[in-house]
Amino acid sequence: MINRSLSPTMLKLIRRLGPLALAAGVLVVSACSSSSGSFGAPPSPDPRIGLGAGLFDAEEAIWNLAWVSQSPPPESFVGSTNSDLAFLGDYAIQGNYNGVMFWDISDPARPTIAVEFVCPASQSDVSVYGNLLFVSGEGTSGRLDCGSEGVAEAVSHDRLRGIRIFDITDVQNPEYIANVQTCRGSHTHTVLKHPSDDDNVYIYVSGSSSVRPAEELEGCIAAGDDPSSALFRIEVIRVPLDSPEDAAIVSSPRIFQGLVEPESHGQAPGDIRMVEEARARGDFVSGVGEDARVMSRRFTQPQLLRIMRERGGTGSPTAADSAQLHEELPTLVEQLRGTPDDDVDPDAPRPGPTQCHDITVFPEIGLAAGACGGYGLLLDIRDPENPVRIDAVADANFSYWHSATFNNDGSKVLFTDEWGGGGGPKCRIDDPREWGADAIFTIENSSMVFHEYYKLSAPQTSVENCVAHNGSLIPIPGRDIMIQGWYQGGISLFDWTDPKNPHEIAFHDRGPVNAETQRSGGSWSVYWYNGVIVNSEISRGLDIFELTPSAHMSQNEIDAAKSVHLDYLNAQGQPLFVWPSSFALAGAYVDQLERSGALSENRIAMVRGALDDADGGSRSGLNDLASEVARWAGSSNDSAKVRMLADAVRDLAG
Amino acid sequence: MLLAPDEPRQQANRIEKRSRMKKRQTRWILPCTFALALTACASGQRSTGTSPGPEGRELERLEALFQARADSVTSNVSEADVEFMTGMISHHAQALVMSGLAPTHGASPQMRILTSRIINAQTDEIAFMQAWLRDRQRHVPEVEVDGLTLTIDGGPAPRMHGMLSDAQMQELAAARGVEWDRVFLTYMIQHHEGAVTMVSDLFATDGAANDDIAFKMASDIQVDQRSEIRRMKRMLEEIAGRPEGPSPQDRHPSP
Repeated sequence: MINRSLSPTMLKLIRRLGPLALAAGVLVVSACSSSSGSFGAPPSPDPRIGLGAGLFDAEEAIWNLAWVSQSPPPESFVGSTNSDLAFLGDYAIQGNYNGVMFWDISDPARPTIAVEFVCPASQSDVSVYGNLLFVSGEGTSGRLDCGSEGVAEAVSHDRLRGIRIFDITDVQNPEYIANVQTCRGSHTHTVLKHPSDDDNVYIYVSGSSSVRPAEELEGCIAAGDDPSSALFRIEVIRVPLDSPEDAAIVSSPRIFQGLVEPESHGQAPGDIRMVEEARARGDFVSGVGEDARVMSRRFTQPQLLRIMRERGGTGSPTAADSAQLHEELPTLVEQLRGTPDDDVDPDAPRPGPTQCHDITVFPEIGLAAGACGGYGLLLDIRDPENPVRIDAVADANFSYWHSATFNNDGSKVLFTDEWGGGGGPKCRIDDPREWGADAIFTIENSSMVFHEYYKLSAPQTSVENCVAHNGSLIPIPGRDIMIQGWYQGGISLFDWTDPKNPHEIAFHDRGPVNAETQRSGGSWSVYWYNGVIVNSEISRGLDIFELTPSAHMSQNEIDAAKSVHLDYLNAQGQPLFVWPSSFALAGAYVDQLERSGALSENRIAMVRGALDDADGGSRSGLNDLASEVARWAGSSNDSAKVRMLADAVRDLAG
Repeated sequence: MLLAPDEPRQQANRIEKRSRMKKRQTRWILPCTFALALTACASGQRSTGTSPGPEGRELERLEALFQARADSVTSNVSEADVEFMTGMISHHAQALVMSGLAPTHGASPQMRILTSRIINAQTDEIAFMQAWLRDRQRHVPEVEVDGLTLTIDGGPAPRMHGMLSDAQMQELAAARGVEWDRVFLTYMIQHHEGAVTMVSDLFATDGAANDDIAFKMASDIQVDQRSEIRRMKRMLEEIAGRPEGPSPQDRHPSP
């Protein structure tokens, strides 16, 4: 924990105010009194631009978050990549290419290292269930004996590529009890606890590296056209909870097989706007609705000349020729597309992806989202051993489908594109905002429908690896709020309640690790866990933040989020958030209805007054208040939220 | 007077703390009184964050350790990894030459997206591989592209797996429009498949890819190029039955 000599909050203010803020007094007052209003608009110019470099002393910019603590890695893990996090009780468990460490975060302002367990393997992504810890090993240097010397031979029986299983009943002394070797190793993995099976947990293994030789692990076949190929499948490991040492692969579902050409997602608003603008200019547009495309001049110009020549004209085509082309266009486009090759059966299965990067399971709704090569998949996981694909989407702007997050009611899913694999600086000012971004889909009748992209808006330097990476929902009731790591782009908190208008409402960023050359660093992943935001910083250790109230988030909303308690959290296991009854919960809905203008000021004031009276006083009037609020639902433009408020008030009445 | 064992360190910490503060003050030209006022103000919004922890000297020690370990990783190099990185730089460079033809050869909009992506990705990867070699004090191949001519260190580029022959390159340069798309896809699939082979060969070599960065680089190349091969095969199928001529714009083709 570094006790900063200047608090980051203060630095933020200084940065925002700039050197002109030398005439101090007035500005200090305004900074103090404007805890919500002045934080409404994103700071401009963006303070994340031009931050000074450093490993432990880089400059920082922070907005609508506050530092709780930052802790450098313990000595055994300095200089080795910190990877993903898992949480169990008071512990944040941080993977590292050199092993695993347990941070005791019972006092988040003073995290202490409880365990340093050196056992090298990349990526060392971690998950927990009960007294068990699971760790991914993929790199070729991982050893069964946890040794640090690597494995020199291309074929070796000392090598571990797969899942390591530890018994952590005694946290201080993790016991390595089993491993499950897989053909491609485990880049990441997912722990699935079926709601009605208390005897087992399942692990979905995602391996993205090469297939090992069969001499090293029997049965591993790399050839894609071999029916027993280790490609085109995921591995499912069953872990019996009363004998975890018997964990073994029970199935290899070929969730990609027969993957016919998927529907590509619809056009982004910018594309639709381009089509509309082209129409307004009188440019040639083929197709209608989602299929509308602006025709290039390369196509239209020769056609116009042809029409002109056909009527015996010379020189330049006339307006009449244009009108004629508008008329002929649908037929011409039809001809252009041509008839499919007879040899190619359009319905024949085409080769799909060979692997997933992440699979996010949401057991309470029976769904998983798989980010798999060039596809985003929606899977039915009600039978854990046999996940079934129910939809697949692709997108020309997505290079590498990396991870996925559902919203809390499972009506939306967000996929990330780890364009460049995480090692590249993909947030430079001229990198397209659709590339290396998040893509937001709604789930409608088991189909995914694209709405919009979200990408970190602050341009980063070319020495900062930056692209969409891992994060989690924050349990703000009634809204879809996510915190996400963007490697050296820092962390970004954004609201995607409206899938067409995702927007940033808080951030933290450091300058590059090194000013001259790209050194690995930044946020690998960041998660909300029991009231705090915990960030795994690749080189700098463990950061803990908390939310601060702003125009985008009220104290009630933050308090309601903090009222949700989890016993554990895995990066790829999404818990269903359930909010206990509280005045903060009702207050959060009131604040949201005020923010959206969905209830009149009078009604807002009336509910607030009644809730204030009841808080600490008599709750006898709350049933009547709930009924009154429920009656407003019909006339509000957000009747669903008004009913949520009515329910929250009724629950308070007891 | 004898100092208690802890005292020198505490003293050093205090000095370091001041120097860091001074650094920031310099940067922000910040009068101290203003800083203090803001600290007090800001702390009103913070519930925590006043814990003692590793300060200046401890962080300096960890940073030195960080640097030493980075140096030790870079001094412990497998020749197979060096050969792989060196060869892959030439390999990627040819993809830049091929993709760079798109704007002048009548490539379709969908091909323009693909080739821009290839140029962006492989330019970054070449820089990354050059940095990897430089960090390990190995020879860094210098890439030069002049029209269709690719030179590495002033000479002809070594012919790695899947790379186009001169005749194939001429064929690509002569094509236009949909025919260019078709030839490009055909040869870029061949080119990418060569990269996948290079990665497989690397992993089959004793002592190779134990370096975390080399392992990740090679794995990423394999994954990225495999998915791009699938995408390009699909695009090739799409244009196979199409009559020669310009194609309608297709903003969101399936991969």
